[in-house]
Amino acid sequence: MNTTMTLGGHFTYFITIFLMIAGLFIVIARGNLIKKLIGLGIFQTSVYLLYIAPGKLVGGTAPILSDAFSVYSSPLPHVLILTAIVVGVATLALGLALVVRIREAYDSIEEDEILNMDAVPSRQEQA
Amino acid sequence: MSLAQHLPALQVVIPLLAAPMTVLLRQRTLAFAVALLASWAAFAIAIALWLQVDASGTISYAIGSWPAPWGIEYRVDRLSSFMLVLVSGIAALVLPYCRRSIEDEVPQRQHYLFYTMFVLCLTGLLGISITGDAFNIFVFLEVSSLSTYVLIALGRDRRALVASYQYLIMGTIGATFIVIGIGLLYLMTGTLNLVDMGQRLAAVQGTRPVLAALAFLTVGISLKLALFPLHQWLPNAYTYAPSAVSAFLAATATKVAVYVLLRFYFSVFGQSQVFDQLPMQQAMLLLALAGMFAASATAIFQSDLKRLFAYSSVGQIGYIILGLSFDSTTGLTATILHLFNHGITKGAIFMLLGLVALVMGGTSLSRIQGLGKRMPLTSLGMVICGLSLIGVPGTAGFISKWYLLLAALEQGQWWLVFLILLSSLLAVAYVWRFVEAAYFREPREDLDAKATVPWSMALPAALLVAATVYFGLSTAFTVGSASQAATFLMGVR
Repeated sequence: MNTTMTLGGHFTYFITIFLMIAGLFIVIARGNLIKKLIGLGIFQTSVYLLYIAPGKLVGGTAPILSDAFSVYSSPLPHVLILTAIVVGVATLALGLALVVRIREAYDSIEEDEILNMDAVPSRQEQA
Repeated sequence: MSLAQHLPALQVVIPLLAAPMTVLLRQRTLAFAVALLASWAAFAIAIALWLQVDASGTISYAIGSWPAPWGIEYRVDRLSSFMLVLVSGIAALVLPYCRRSIEDEVPQRQHYLFYTMFVLCLTGLLGISITGDAFNIFVFLEVSSLSTYVLIALGRDRRALVASYQYLIMGTIGATFIVIGIGLLYLMTGTLNLVDMGQRLAAVQGTRPVLAALAFLTVGISLKLALFPLHQWLPNAYTYAPSAVSAFLAATATKVAVYVLLRFYFSVFGQSQVFDQLPMQQAMLLLALAGMFAASATAIFQSDLKRLFAYSSVGQIGYIILGLSFDSTTGLTATILHLFNHGITKGAIFMLLGLVALVMGGTSLSRIQGLGKRMPLTSLGMVICGLSLIGVPGTAGFISKWYLLLAALEQGQWWLVFLILLSSLLAVAYVWRFVEAAYFREPREDLDAKATVPWSMALPAALLVAATVYFGLSTAFTVGSASQAATFLMGVR
C-alpha cells in the first residue's frame, strides 16, 4: 500500500527523470546533428514537467478567488515554463538554422564526417 | 532625480531597445551608431550605479513597482556593480573596434544584424549581473547565449558553424542544468528571489533536493564558465569567431558565469552549506589545478595564436576558481580581482590579435613571424599583456596572483604556492612562443601586409593594454571594489 502510494505520488518524477536521461543520452550518443537537437528538445521538455507537476494540487482550481473554493493550484510555474518554452523554441530554431548552414558548407549532417573533413585541411594549413 | 531612480532598469532596457532599433534601421552605419550610443550609455549608467553603491550601499529596484519577493527585483550590490562596470566597459571599447574589424570578416549585408546580436548579448550579460531573481538569471543567460551562438557562427571559416553548433549543444545543456537547479530550489523554498531564497533555505538545509540543486547548478554553471573538464566548446568558439566577438566574449562571457556561481554559492546557499555538506572545496580545488596545468600545457602546443590564448583562458579560469575554493575573504578577493584583471588582459590580447588578423591575414604562428618588425606597437602590446598573463609585477595579472598567493599562505598551504608559481611557468612558455615568432624570426617575404592599422581598432586596443598596466600599478579601484565585494559576500552567510 505504502509503496504503491509513493510510486503513484512520485509518478511525475519518474517520467521527468526518464525524459531527462533519455534526452541527454540522445545528445551524447547520436552523431546526427538533427537527432542531437531532438535529444536536446526532450531534455528541455523534462524540465517543463519538473516545474509544472508540483504546482498542481489535487482538487485545486485555477487561482481565481471565489467563496466556493479554498484550494488553488500555483500558477507561477506555468508562467515560468511559458518563458522556458519560448527559450527552448528559440534554441531549437537557431540550432536547426545552424544545421542548415553546416549542411550547405559541408554537405553532411553527420558529426564524425564533418570533423574528419576539417581534420585534413587544418593540417595542411599548419605546414 | 526621477531618472536616477530608474538607472537599474535603464541599464538593461537601453541596450535591449537598441537591438530592435538596429534591425529596423537596416543600415550598417546607423545601426553602428545606435549600438555605440547604447553601449556608451550603459557604461555611463554602470559607473553611476557603482558610485551610488559605493556611497550609499545596495540598491534594490522593483520592476513595475511590484515589491520583492513577489515581483522581479533588480539588485545592485558591491559585486554586481563591479561586474556591470567590467561588462559595459569592455562593450564600450569593443564596439568602436567592431566597425572596421568586421568589414573583412562578416558579409556587409549582415553588419546591422551583427550589431543587433552584439547589443543583445550585452543586454543578457548586464541582465545576469543586475537581476535579483533566479529565473530571470536563466532568461538573461539564454538571451546572451543565443546571441553569442549567432555571433560565433558569423565567423569567416566554416568551422565557425560547427564551433557554434557545439557551443549551442553544450551551452543549452548547461543552461538546462541551471534551470533544473533553480527549479529544485524553487520547489523547496517557494520563492525565486535570490535574497529571500537564501533566507528560506536555512529551514531546509541539507535536504536531498537542495543538495541535488547545488550539484545541478555547479555543473551547469561550470559548463558556462568553461571549468576545466567542461571547457571543450571554448577553444573552437574563440578561435573561429570574428575577432571582435572573441575579444568581447573572452573578456566578459565566462566572467559573468563566474559571477553567477559566486552569487549562488555565497548569496543563496551561504558558503557554510556549500562547503560543509559536499566536498565542494576539494572538488573545486582539484578542477582548478587540473585546468591551470592541463589547459596551460595544451596552450603551449598550439600553432594558432587565437587558439593558444583560448586555452590560456581555460587555464586562467582555473586561478579564478582556485581563489573561490579557499573559502576565505582573501581568496574571494583574488577571485574577483582576477575576474576583472584577466578580463581586461584577455580582451586586449584578442583585440590585438584582431589587428594582426587584419594586417597579416591570419594569426597562425608561422604567419606572424617577424611581427616585431612589421607591427612593433601591436607586438609590444601583446608582450605587455603576455606579462600580465604570467603575472609579472607592474601588470594587472600580478595583483590578482599576489592575492591568490596571500590566500594560499593564509591557510598555510605552501604546496599550493609552489603549484601557482609552477603553473605560471607554463604561461611563460606559451607567451614565449609568441615572443620567439615575433622577435626572433625574420618576416616572411611571401606575405605582404594587407592593410594599415586603422586607428579605430588600434585606439580601443591600446586603451585596454594601458588599463592592464594601469591596474597593475594603481589598485585603488580594483582591489578596493574586490575586497569590499568579497567581504560583502562572506558577510551574507
